[in-house]
Amino acid sequence: MNLLRSKRIESVVHAVGNTPLVRLRRVTKNAPDIKVYVKLEFANPGGSVKDRAASRMMLDALADGRLTRDKILIDSTSGNTGVAYSIFGAALGVKVRLVMPSNVSRARKDIACAFGTEIVYSDPMEGSDGAIYLVRKLVREDPDRYFYPDQYSNPSNPLAHYDGTGKELLDCLGDELTHFVAGLGTTGTMMGTARRLKEHKRPIRCIAIEPDDAFHGLEGLKHLPSSLVPAIYDPSRADETVRVSTENGWDMADALAREEGLHVGHSSGASVFAAVKLAEQLQREQKSGCIVALVADRGDRYFAPLKWEKRYVW
Amino acid sequence: MEVIIRIPTPLRALTAGADEVVVPGETVGAALDALEAKHPGMRERLLDEKGVRRFINIYVGEEDVRFLEGLNTKLKAGDQVSIVPAIAGGAASS
Repeated sequence: MNLLRSKRIESVVHAVGNTPLVRLRRVTKNAPDIKVYVKLEFANPGGSVKDRAASRMMLDALADGRLTRDKILIDSTSGNTGVAYSIFGAALGVKVRLVMPSNVSRARKDIACAFGTEIVYSDPMEGSDGAIYLVRKLVREDPDRYFYPDQYSNPSNPLAHYDGTGKELLDCLGDELTHFVAGLGTTGTMMGTARRLKEHKRPIRCIAIEPDDAFHGLEGLKHLPSSLVPAIYDPSRADETVRVSTENGWDMADALAREEGLHVGHSSGASVFAAVKLAEQLQREQKSGCIVALVADRGDRYFAPLKWEKRYVW
Repeated sequence: MEVIIRIPTPLRALTAGADEVVVPGETVGAALDALEAKHPGMRERLLDEKGVRRFINIYVGEEDVRFLEGLNTKLKAGDQVSIVPAIAGGAASS
């Protein structure tokens, strides 16, 4: 893995993937015999797991002609995917236009703009689905002008994880790996990774994480019972879905920063919370286990004041 | 005295789809009590034992009540109270 991460590459696009696995020791103190690792997707060049899907969707579309340098890539995004499109758009010479609810953090709007991306705002009261509706409307009005990757229905999204995340886990942990935990947003991470892990000769249990209520503060995750269900979502891929409260996700994100030196986003806090609970259960049942929880991004993505929080001092 | 509470999409399942609810209330806390009475289930989603849940912002007009007097913030007739989650993901489709 070290060799892969230090190799010479031709473009930032090729710096995606081969992210490190870090063992947790302190937040897992009640499960000392169970191995719990986090796969640090914030080590990708755009700082999140979304680099995988975004780069794959763009490269696949450039290869088969759906995307050309004369078109504008347009999509809805709550942030990380937009950062990824922006970086790879700049690197690949593709224009990018993003639609996002106006309440996403200032820092992420600024990051996208730094790469020359144009941002269109949708109603914050309508959430991420409002942004999806607005993109669809813009594309419908001028279909030839745009390439709409639509991360919620693009098979390149889960494929990035089938060829990347899942393969990397098996290469690194092989037969040791017993459980994989990741949040559901577009569901691409779980769909692609689980498909790869299920091909392994030994069973690996895949656990999807979603918020415990439609009204939640785990940005990036979708509460599927009340949301538009992504076309790429196949409920049979994961073995179970675990619901985590916003407070448990936020508290674990805080604990990871203070006790492990890992400052992760809230949705990753929720995944690690579920992984630690699972480890404690395995410990109580005197079973063995090697659990990987996916860390989608870094916590500093969520530092910046929101539109109305102009007086917050962080 | 009545005020208007703006309801974000994920909570509209509790208001039969309404994006605004008119309630009486001299303070933000009283208006939220009236909202709970009209649409049960709101309180547990908005408040915990310490007050407004950490990920939720409540605004009177453009001002976050955390920087006013919290749930004791006084309201005037016709004030607009907005409930805004500090996130973008997870909105309802219906």
